[in-house]
Amino acid sequence: MQFNYTPVNLPEGERRDAVQVMLGFARTLRHAGVPASQDRVHAMLTALSELDITQPDDVYWAGRMTLCSDPEDLERYDTGFALYFGGHQAHQVPVTQSPALPRNSALDRDDADVAAGEEEEDQPDFTVQASRHEVLRSKDVVTLTPLEREQLRRLFALLAPRTSGRRSRRYGPASRGAIDRSRSVRRMLRSGGEPDTLLRRRRRTTPRRLVLLIDVSGSMSSYADLLLRFAHAATRATPARTEVFTLGTRLTRITRELRIRDPDRALTAAGSAVPDWSGGTRLGDTLRAFLDRWGQRGVARGAVVVLCSDGWERGETTELSQQLARLARLAHKFIWVNPHKGKDGFAPLTAGMVAALPYVDELVAGHSFKSLEELVRVIADA
Amino acid sequence: MSPDSSVEEFDLASPADVAAALETTGYLPDAGLSTAAFLALRMHRPLFLEGDAGVGKTSLALALSRITGGKLIRLQCYEGIDASQALYDWDFPRQVLHLRAAETAGASNADELEKSLYDRRFLISRPILQAIEEPNSVLLIDEIDRADDEFEAFLLEVLADNAVTIPEVGTIRAEHPPLVVLTSNRTREVHDALKRRCLYHWVAHPEFEREVQILRTRLPDITDKLARDVASAVARMRDADLLKPPGVAESLDWAQALHLLGARELDPERAAATLGAVLKYQEDAIRIKNTVLAELAS
Repeated sequence: MQFNYTPVNLPEGERRDAVQVMLGFARTLRHAGVPASQDRVHAMLTALSELDITQPDDVYWAGRMTLCSDPEDLERYDTGFALYFGGHQAHQVPVTQSPALPRNSALDRDDADVAAGEEEEDQPDFTVQASRHEVLRSKDVVTLTPLEREQLRRLFALLAPRTSGRRSRRYGPASRGAIDRSRSVRRMLRSGGEPDTLLRRRRRTTPRRLVLLIDVSGSMSSYADLLLRFAHAATRATPARTEVFTLGTRLTRITRELRIRDPDRALTAAGSAVPDWSGGTRLGDTLRAFLDRWGQRGVARGAVVVLCSDGWERGETTELSQQLARLARLAHKFIWVNPHKGKDGFAPLTAGMVAALPYVDELVAGHSFKSLEELVRVIADA
Repeated sequence: MSPDSSVEEFDLASPADVAAALETTGYLPDAGLSTAAFLALRMHRPLFLEGDAGVGKTSLALALSRITGGKLIRLQCYEGIDASQALYDWDFPRQVLHLRAAETAGASNADELEKSLYDRRFLISRPILQAIEEPNSVLLIDEIDRADDEFEAFLLEVLADNAVTIPEVGTIRAEHPPLVVLTSNRTREVHDALKRRCLYHWVAHPEFEREVQILRTRLPDITDKLARDVASAVARMRDADLLKPPGVAESLDWAQALHLLGARELDPERAAATLGAVLKYQEDAIRIKNTVLAELAS
């Protein structure tokens, strides 16, 4: 790629140096997670040629406006800028400590066993297989062996959670309804201006947005893999209308990572995006972060919101109930998925659950594959 | 717009010049925003503005149209907006009338007749086509996040080539490309393909001194004390973790409301009475009454 970059106020040698310096800067930013693609870098160089490259402020703004595209990029950009122009070049800037997805790593260790296990089954008996699947479906995921877990993973391709429709602002052709003037007249034009049949139109329906909020704190860690796979299936079904966030000590949006087609790669990507696996829960605070930054602006408005959590909340729950009330006011339907609901003798007694009950439209178990199929039904009926 | 504020008046050779020009229209940008506007003008790239509601994204487009002397054309996005509402539409009833009239007049040449049917006069220009045809215009595509993502694909051609393709007519290309300003409230993530073609700028709340200046410029009648009081109270509200932190628009409303009640400085009674101008949630109002206003009273 040729850069026609010509800062007028620099001699030949320094001009080339300037381009080198800026390319190095872009490289540093890419390490830091800013999407500094080649065409963006080109735009930065063009921007700089309009400004004064000897002015740090001009360099800062030129880069920020062309390389960043998200408020979350800005922080990384600032760090990268300080590191690079602050004197020493950063080789690798770790933005977030990215531990591998705990469930994944546990499974990967058993991958050899899984493969070996499959080879042993020379002639699979299909009836046995079928009933085994049935058992597998209703088993609590905590009690699964790694082999069973691997088999269960494949079943997730069958899930396609879809929300029910709401009337959209768009019209579509219909056999009954109001007269569609422009289409009728267009048809008249085709027949040389002779009046023809009247065509009609009706408002179309669009599926509601589906928002999944997944608690990834320590107490939920055994269900995180299951729920994330469910989230991936939902994202695959309606990519443009599904939003997924994880809640722990902080809020992380993983919608983008889950759009990767391959479930395992998507989950690994999501795993490295989430900085707070198996930490504590601050459900009230993270819910507020979600509502402030996303929910109230529109993501939760009229949406089907699914919160997956066991409701363990330390300390006061006033904040949590306030935020849940806000969420319930914004959302069309608010569904709570509690993995412990599937256990015998479950009563919604954790502090968070008690605070939530007045606002929850549906309480669903989420401990097994079967309960997730149930969740798909609840989402579709919402 | 005053007739003498045309492009010749301003020499927009640097971000500082752009800032100075914007200030004459009553819009006070910070360094980042004036650099963004300068680059958008020089690089002919669309400007993509994100930020909280009420920080002045839309008013920037208005101010830019004033300093460039062009017309401001606004396209408000909403869910379900499509090409016939944003780009162009054919005036079908008039076409039918024309066809009928031509037939009664005894038009014989079918080719001619068809050609005349798709004449420019039957084409209704919607905002984007208007902006392409109007020299030096400023096209404001407001709240792009409200439109569905299919709509962004329509925009790509316009933003990349400054052209609109109409099958019956051909491609209409802008001689003087419009300055495009897109705003988003982040209710949905806008596609990367669109963002890549734009200069991205996050518009933050103004700093204290700048906000005082804005209040003084927009509301020349209010006292300096009132402007400073309002700016500092609003700054504290933004730190108070509210459901809807007030933007510049709200602080202007509030200062105006206080001024209309005859306030020369911020006093607790008038502040409480006019709180609805600055805070839009009952929960926020209660919280601020107990903290900021209580301190004001003591």
